[in-house]
Amino acid sequence: MAVTPTSSSADARPLPAVGSGRRRFDPMPILMLGPAVLALFAIGLYPLFYALRSSFQFSQLTKPYLGTPWVGFDNYLAVLQDGLFWGALGRTFQFFLYTMPIQVVLGIGIALLLDGTRWRVLGAVSRVLLVLPIAMTPTVVGLLGRLVYNRDFGVLNWLIGLVGLGPVSWLGSPSPAMITIALTDTWQWTPFVALVALAGLTSVPPDLVEASRLETSRRWDIFRNVQLPYLLPGLTAVLIIRTVDILKLFDAVFVLTRGGPGVSTELISIYIQRVGFRVFDIGIASAQAVLLLILCIILARIYIRLFYREIES
Amino acid sequence: MTSQTAAATELAGTPAATVASTRRRRGRPFNAGAAGELVALLVLIGVILVPILWMISTSLKSTNQTFAVPPVFIFEPTFEHYRSIFTNSNVPNSLLNSLIVATLSSLLALVLGAPAAYAMARFEFRGKFDLWFWIISNRFISPIVVAVPFFLLARDLSLLNTRTVLILVYLTFNLPLVIWLSIDQFRAIPREIEQAAFIDGAGPWRVFATIALPLATPGLAVSGILCFVFSWNEFLFALVLTQEQARTAPVEAANFMTGFGVRWGEMMATGTVIVLPVVLFAALASRYLVRGLTMGAVK
Repeated sequence: MAVTPTSSSADARPLPAVGSGRRRFDPMPILMLGPAVLALFAIGLYPLFYALRSSFQFSQLTKPYLGTPWVGFDNYLAVLQDGLFWGALGRTFQFFLYTMPIQVVLGIGIALLLDGTRWRVLGAVSRVLLVLPIAMTPTVVGLLGRLVYNRDFGVLNWLIGLVGLGPVSWLGSPSPAMITIALTDTWQWTPFVALVALAGLTSVPPDLVEASRLETSRRWDIFRNVQLPYLLPGLTAVLIIRTVDILKLFDAVFVLTRGGPGVSTELISIYIQRVGFRVFDIGIASAQAVLLLILCIILARIYIRLFYREIES
Repeated sequence: MTSQTAAATELAGTPAATVASTRRRRGRPFNAGAAGELVALLVLIGVILVPILWMISTSLKSTNQTFAVPPVFIFEPTFEHYRSIFTNSNVPNSLLNSLIVATLSSLLALVLGAPAAYAMARFEFRGKFDLWFWIISNRFISPIVVAVPFFLLARDLSLLNTRTVLILVYLTFNLPLVIWLSIDQFRAIPREIEQAAFIDGAGPWRVFATIALPLATPGLAVSGILCFVFSWNEFLFALVLTQEQARTAPVEAANFMTGFGVRWGEMMATGTVIVLPVVLFAALASRYLVRGLTMGAVK
C-alpha cells in the first residue's frame, strides 16, 4: 500500500556509461526539474506568501482611498473573534460528521456487495457506473440538485409525497438545507469510498478468505478479522482526503444554496469566498485563508507520514 | 423467480453446471441471498443512474413538462433547449474556453511534469525528499487559500478574464498530479532497458527521449486525461478570475441560476453537454481515477 517515490539505493543513477565517473556535476536533473519547480514556485508558493503578507495589512478593495497600511495581527484577532468564522468551521465539522460515517459504511457495503457478487454482469456494470458520480462536474451536480430538490415540482418531493410526506422545502429552510447538501455530497463521493474499499478487498489473498470460510460461517467474523485489515490503509487515506476535500468544498454547495438560507450551509470555503469576493475585505480573507492553510498543512503532513513512510527511513 | 431460472440453467447444460460447482466450491449456497444481492445491485445502479437520467430527460422535455406534477416519464423528446443554447447563448463560447483551458493546462503539466518525474525517479540528489514532499503537499491546499492572491496578482498583471490565467492556475493541481503519477510510470520501466541503450552509446537525454518517454506514454496519457477531467470540472478559480469572455462552461452553467425565471430545460441541456465528455474520459481512465484522487496511496 505504501509507496516509495524515491529510491535510496546506490543504483539509482542510470549512468554506468564508460568514463562518466569523473564528472562530478551532472546538470541533467536540474534541467529536468527546473521548469516544473519554477512553475510551482510561481503558482504554488508565491501566492501563499502573498496571502501571508496581505493578512497583516488592512486592505479593502471597495475602499482604495484608505490604502493598505500594516496592521500587525489585527486581522487575525478580528478573525478569531468572528462568530461567523467559527460558525463556518463548526458547520464544516458538522457536515463532516453527517457525511463521513455514512459514506464509509455505505462504501464498504457496496464494495463487499461487488467483490463477491454472483451477478457478474451487473457487478461489472455497477463498477463502471461508480465512476460516473465521481467524474461529474460538481457544479452540474449542484444544478441537478436544484431541480431534484425543488419544493414545487422536484422529483424528490413527489416521491416522498407518494408515501404521504412533505412537501419539504429542501433548500429553503436551514436544517433540511444542511441535510440536502450532505445528501448530495454522499451521492457524489460514496462511490469513491466504494472503489477504494474494493481495491482493498481485491488485495486480500483469496486463499485466506477460503480458509476462513472453513473456520466460520459468520460473514461478519470474516469481514472483521480477515478483510478489514486489508481495507484500513485505503480507508485511512480516504478519511484524510475527504477531510481535506470537505475543507475545500465549494462548487456544489455554492450552486445549491450559496451558503443559505441565512448562513445555515455556509461552510468554511464559502465563507472565505464571500469575505474575499463579495465583501472584498482582502486583509480579513487572507488571514482566514492562512488559518485554513495551517489546517491543510497539518492534514497533509499526517497523510504523507502515514502513507509514504518508506522514503523517510 | 430469478433463482428458479438459474436453477433451470444449472440443470440444462455443462457451462452453467461448472459455474455452479465453482460457486459451491467457494462455499456459498446459491439461492440464499442471491435475490437480496440482485435487489441491492439494482438499487445501487438506480441510485447512481436515476439522477443522471433525470437531468438528460429534463433537457429533452418541453418547459411545461418540466413543471408537471406528477412528473412526466413518457414524452416526445424535443431538442429545442439544445438548439437554444447552441444558437442563442454564451454556452458554445464557454465550452470552447473550457476545452482550450483544460487541454492546454493538461499539456503544459505533461511537458513540465514528465521530465521532472523522470529526474525524481532516476536520479539521487540532496533535498529530494523535501522537494517531493512539497510537490505532493500542493494537493492538500484548499483553492480558496490561493484564490485571493491569484485574483490580485492576475489583476496586477492584467490577466484577469483571460484563458491564460486559468491555464496557469490549473497547474497548481495538474502539475503535482502528473509528477506523482509519472514517477511511478518511470520507475516501472526496467532499468536494464535503459542501461542497454547506454552501452550502445546513447546519452542520458537520448535515453530519456527515445526509451523512457515512449515506454511511459500510456501512463502519461492517463495522467493527462485525469488533468483534463479535473480542469474541465474546476469552478472556484474560474468563477473569481473570469467574466463573460473567458468564462468556462461550469461557471456559465451556474449562471443559469441567477436572475428570475430559471430556464430549467436549457440549464439541464448545458449540464448534459458539460458532463458528457468528462464522464467518457473518466470511464476510460477509471482504473487510475482512484490512484489520481488519493495521490497514489491506493492502487
